[in-house]
Amino acid sequence: MTQNPAVAAVLVLEDGRVFGGTSFGATGTAFGEAVFATGMTGYQETLTDPSYRRQVVVATAPQIGNTGWVAEDDESAGIQVAGFVIRDLSPAPSNWRATSSLPDAMSSQGVVGIAGVDTRALTRHLRTAGAMRCGIFTGDAVVATGDMVAAVRDIPSMAGLNLTDEVSTSATYTVPADDTAPDLGLSVAAVDLGIKANTPRSFAARGITTHVVPASVTVDEILALGVDGVFLSNGPGDPATADHAVALTREILTRRIPLFGICFGNQILGRALGFGTYKLKFGHRGINQPVIDHVTGATLVTSQNHGFAVEFPAAASEAVATEFGTVRVGFSSLNDGVVEGLNCLDVPAFSVQFHPEAAAGPHDASYLFDRFVELMRAAAEAETPDLARSI
Amino acid sequence: MPRRTELKHILVIGSGPIVIGQACEFDYSGTQACRVLRDEGLRVSLINSNPATIMTDPEFADATYIEPITAEFVEKVLLDQKRQGFPVDAILATLGGQTALNTAIALHDAGMLAKHGVELIGADIPAIQRGEDRQIFKDIVRDIGGDVPDSAVCHSMEEVRLTVEQLGLPVVIRPSFTMGGLGSGLAYTPDDLERIASIGLAASPVHEVLIEESVLGWKEYELELMRDGADNAVVVCSIENIDPMGVHTGDSMTVAPAMTLTDREYQDMRDLGLKVLRAVGVATGGCNIQFAIQPDTGRMIVIEMNPRVSRSSALASKATGFPIAKIAAKLAIGYHLSEIANDITKATPAAFEPTLDYVVVKIPRFAFEKFPGADPTLTTTMKSVGEAMSIGRSFAEAFGKALRSMETKNLGFWTLPDPDGETVEEVLAAAAIPTDGRIFQVERALRYGATVAQVHEATGIDPWFLDQIVLIQSVATEVATAKELSADLLRKAKRYGLSDLQIARIRSTTATVVTERSIREVRRALGVRPVYKTVDTCAAEFEAFTPYHYSAYETDPAAESEVAPQRDRPKVIILGSGPNRIGQGIEFDYSCVHAAMALRDAGYETVMVNCNPETVSTDYDTSDRLYFEPLTAEDVLEVIAAEQESGTVAGVIVTLGGQTPLKLAGILAAEGVPLLGTSPDAIDLAEDRARFGALLAAAGLPAPAFGMATSFDEASTVASRIGYPVLVRPSYVLGGRGMEIVYDEPSLADYISRATEITDESPVMVDRFLDDAIEIDVDALCDGTDIYLGGVMEHIEEAGVHSGDSACVLPPITLGRSDIDKVRLYTERIALDGGVRGLLNVQYALKGETLYVLEANQRASRTVPFSSKATAVPLAKAAARIMTGSTIAELRAEGMLMTVGDGGTLPAGAPVAVKEAVMPFHRFRRPDGTGVDTILGPEMRSTGEVMGIDAAFGPAFAKSQAGSYGSLPLKGTVFVSVANRDKRSMVFPIKRLADIGFTVVATAGTAEMLRRNGMQVQVVRKHFEGDGNVVEMIRAGEIDLVINTPYGQSGTRIDGFEIRTAAVSADIPCITTVAGAAAAIQGIEAMVRGNVGVASLQNLQAGLRAAVAAENAGADAFSDTFVTGTVPAS
Repeated sequence: MTQNPAVAAVLVLEDGRVFGGTSFGATGTAFGEAVFATGMTGYQETLTDPSYRRQVVVATAPQIGNTGWVAEDDESAGIQVAGFVIRDLSPAPSNWRATSSLPDAMSSQGVVGIAGVDTRALTRHLRTAGAMRCGIFTGDAVVATGDMVAAVRDIPSMAGLNLTDEVSTSATYTVPADDTAPDLGLSVAAVDLGIKANTPRSFAARGITTHVVPASVTVDEILALGVDGVFLSNGPGDPATADHAVALTREILTRRIPLFGICFGNQILGRALGFGTYKLKFGHRGINQPVIDHVTGATLVTSQNHGFAVEFPAAASEAVATEFGTVRVGFSSLNDGVVEGLNCLDVPAFSVQFHPEAAAGPHDASYLFDRFVELMRAAAEAETPDLARSI
Repeated sequence: MPRRTELKHILVIGSGPIVIGQACEFDYSGTQACRVLRDEGLRVSLINSNPATIMTDPEFADATYIEPITAEFVEKVLLDQKRQGFPVDAILATLGGQTALNTAIALHDAGMLAKHGVELIGADIPAIQRGEDRQIFKDIVRDIGGDVPDSAVCHSMEEVRLTVEQLGLPVVIRPSFTMGGLGSGLAYTPDDLERIASIGLAASPVHEVLIEESVLGWKEYELELMRDGADNAVVVCSIENIDPMGVHTGDSMTVAPAMTLTDREYQDMRDLGLKVLRAVGVATGGCNIQFAIQPDTGRMIVIEMNPRVSRSSALASKATGFPIAKIAAKLAIGYHLSEIANDITKATPAAFEPTLDYVVVKIPRFAFEKFPGADPTLTTTMKSVGEAMSIGRSFAEAFGKALRSMETKNLGFWTLPDPDGETVEEVLAAAAIPTDGRIFQVERALRYGATVAQVHEATGIDPWFLDQIVLIQSVATEVATAKELSADLLRKAKRYGLSDLQIARIRSTTATVVTERSIREVRRALGVRPVYKTVDTCAAEFEAFTPYHYSAYETDPAAESEVAPQRDRPKVIILGSGPNRIGQGIEFDYSCVHAAMALRDAGYETVMVNCNPETVSTDYDTSDRLYFEPLTAEDVLEVIAAEQESGTVAGVIVTLGGQTPLKLAGILAAEGVPLLGTSPDAIDLAEDRARFGALLAAAGLPAPAFGMATSFDEASTVASRIGYPVLVRPSYVLGGRGMEIVYDEPSLADYISRATEITDESPVMVDRFLDDAIEIDVDALCDGTDIYLGGVMEHIEEAGVHSGDSACVLPPITLGRSDIDKVRLYTERIALDGGVRGLLNVQYALKGETLYVLEANQRASRTVPFSSKATAVPLAKAAARIMTGSTIAELRAEGMLMTVGDGGTLPAGAPVAVKEAVMPFHRFRRPDGTGVDTILGPEMRSTGEVMGIDAAFGPAFAKSQAGSYGSLPLKGTVFVSVANRDKRSMVFPIKRLADIGFTVVATAGTAEMLRRNGMQVQVVRKHFEGDGNVVEMIRAGEIDLVINTPYGQSGTRIDGFEIRTAAVSADIPCITTVAGAAAAIQGIEAMVRGNVGVASLQNLQAGLRAAVAAENAGADAFSDTFVTGTVPAS
């Protein structure tokens, strides 16, 4: 296995703070927004999650690489993060499914990593100062601190960044329903804003065929697919820039086609309903994030990865009238009260800010796929699609 | 949902004495529960027979009953509370281990819950049964789509044999409803099967064992889960066992979080865990589920669940900062997870799953050296007596810290020489059998050239952990071969967990010995110091408000430390007692916790250092700051330095945590650390035989004659000079290790021949043994001017039984006023001449009119909690105050000590408290499967103790037996076989038993003597005399009580061995001393008369204080506190 013989590396933050370490994975430089993720499992799913595009992920879990790289666990075509910051790298992976090691996977895909960093001190800094731009410099790339800080400050901020085109599929592809699942004869168009592999898998397991469509898709193209519902995926970037997706969503809402959005999709639905979005100080990135389902009162432990959130114009307990009828907050974070989901009461649409498809993370919220399937089934059977009944 | 307002009075059931498999983790959980419930404004009653617990301190409940934990006594408590106008609404039994849960089931089965209108909260009976009944549980797991090992439940040996015909060997045998895996084992051969299964059937209260497909060598995991009344559930912690399946999880080295699972696998396990939790129906609270994973295929099976808070819950709580027991108590009274605040972040709720940015390692502590002949192989029966936990920023760092927290001879890798001429094949073969210290064999095997694959093959330990050891070795090689130690290299060594001592050993050559101290000096000169991070439940996502710290080394020399400055209050650092072991357990933690409470009240900032996850002292609520660190000189000095930087350290307390911190006194003093209380020199004075002897001689206090010897000839000369019997022991050990009583020269020769480690440097001590003397234990306080006798305890067994194993009674029942005056006078002399500032324990032997001083310890003793509870005075709190400058006169004036008199002048009507030791003999087997001997001797072997308290000795003793070994029989058959020297003194006790109605069975010699005294006696054969012998009768359940004193005069002969082990196996009382028999008979009489009542400690102590005041005023006003808990006929 590849173990770089202790090539020095540094992590430089835009505020001038520098953390030392050693290089692993590819060498060179990497730039992005420094964010910390608190999951104790699932570094591979995190690295391959398109929502982490242009971000340098700091793992708070201190032992990384333990289970190596498992080919079948990739959540997209490859590693998406800009760089990876860890405390301790495993000398060798150990898992019966492992096909490679973490540093080998990173090297072969050209992803720069830094190990040996005091990730707790770094996390405490990001928690206080907020997510910010950073750069990883390894080996010969390590130059005078001032020059490195200047290079970091040269990259664009996440706010105002449209990354959808970087991650979206260029052509529609179809993930068929599982043979073993009951055939409901339903299909969904999943708008790829940075979709993870486990989303079509979650539909397939429920007997649903998924057409993953490019973010540039038009409503006519969706109608032509003859689907029973539309799914808005997760994805990277600032939702304020996603004008096409917002316009598309409004078309779908107008036509009363069942719609389900997650993560970035939640922000898109929010904007389509006329709400604003804003950037959180350091975001929610972890697989232990508690939310309350306001409809059932249940507490769920969810997988989250978001730096932006929806601005709901009233208290979470209140209903708000929008162009598309009444809307309520479906879920809230129990940690800080951030809006974690929207329920439309007059059109068949809802969304959540967290990841019901998990991967990485707990499966507590997977019932939301069932909720959406029920919504589509009711619509297909020409009943009045009614979210309240699906719940 | 907010809390259930209709619940107003909760009875909490504790877990009783410390035994293997059920230790002080249940004091931690019970204490938390009591705190929480009282904070909620509920009335709390508590029953627990273990006086050494914090939970049984009177301030933790409204009514504390130190009574046996049986359904019968619980009912008496319910009635006593009702009589006082406080009917109990509900019982909380899920925080007191298997003991509490079994008692709850017994209460239910006897219809007592319904009869008294009491609800069981936290878990309902059907859920307990679903979780604990192995077959029902397996069916549940299959129903929800989980996998389980193939198995069958058997109720007889015939069923067992049939099952094994189908499954094939090896198989696992697990008895139902036992704790800590008691009676379970792995059978490789038909012989193993016969032996283990028959023991298992006997050990199970329902005569049921599970015979199961072996999953030996599979990866082993545990999840700790919690669920609230609205069906919200979270996983608090995942734990991975380094030792694979086949070793009881309590005996395994474990790590948290799980290290070798991908997210997919972990989430599958989590899903299954939550499904099991819901299907079993744990209503609210915590549970623990064990899983096994086939390492090559990933097949995951569910092994078992505990539908209650467990040992692992305590570990998980300490590992994550998520207080499981506290939350469980809140859930039990109706709260939901989302309504409970996370103590540490304050801003976020408990409805989440903790995430760790550090690694936690737990290593068990064993005591096989105490049980010669016991099979040291680790199996599915738990054998460890304690554990240490450590926290580090990497596995290697945490692992190194955990290994040096053990306080065994082995202070980490490379600190002991390798065995001479050991080959890689030999060490691999040895490592294939799990034993205490196997990890050192693993390290050697890898160092001798075995591959990770070979070691994995031999041990089943996951390659990930083996690779970590290889990594640690490579750092050690770097350290060994470096020209000189640079700051970078030292920092690297530290990051991989190497201690200064290990580095010193690695750097030493045959030519030069490098000392730990020189490494410390180099390291400090280079500025290589640890930083302190915080356990915060959330990997720094939110701010933490709880200073719960651990040390770590980072590469950055200027790395951030999270110790907050605090300059308003002086700090006192209290050093805890480390992992529990025989001789040093919960009693010492009790004193440390008391010091923390007293000094916090007195205006100090209290700082606790300890590494034992089971304890109350390592609850972040106990002290103002908690450092979870090994108790080695290096780790402690660094904590002290960090605290000195953050404020003013008034001093460090080393005299409350037993030998562990006491050992550090010298080095701390040498480093200029201010120590509170008795000075290191004064401590040494009591520990050094020669200096102490000189002190006694100067004061004119008698001590048994003694001498030292380095050979048999010398020993023989000494022995003839002072006269047989003599007590012989190596001079360098503590806790009675290797101590024997020798009655004649041949046995002395035998002892010397076995004691191979005798050299000029470590001679053998030969003491006059005072046969038939009464042993007396004294706990006292001294402030340099005055002394205060905390408690004077009379041993029930005669001298020769280790004080920790002997039952004792307070106040003394046979000592006269003049004897106690003499005890006071001697104790005062020793305390004042010895320079004691704080607690002192002295052991005396009274033979005839002479009071001999046996030994003194200038520190808190094992009996401090017992004395404190029996005399209504918090001795350890008072000691902490004296150490920080208060006088006894001041403490009397403020009411912490009795205003007049002390524990030596208890009023005539004071209640009688009996302490009984609990022995772990039934846990240990010889390799051939026979039991180990149960005879009491000078070497301590008990794991815990109970207290029986009542108005008179008889009922108090009966309670102490009921609390420790199960109730004494009130009728039936007694078997008597006593040594010649004991025959005379046994006549009256046995006659009394016959008069009560017992059938007396005896061996020929004893029978003849009893018949001559007019008793009807049935003669039975000795065990080697053929069919129908006494051992067979015991096994057949025909004997209810055994009285057997050893015939032999030497500890090496094992007469009566078979009888005693059979009695232990059959779970019937076995009395091995004359005094014990007399006490037992008083207890039986008390119970036959039916006058065994219950009283709360609060009432007893109030009564005692009132009596002291009244006696002082000249009246005899001790009230009749005990109420006979007669149960009305239903």
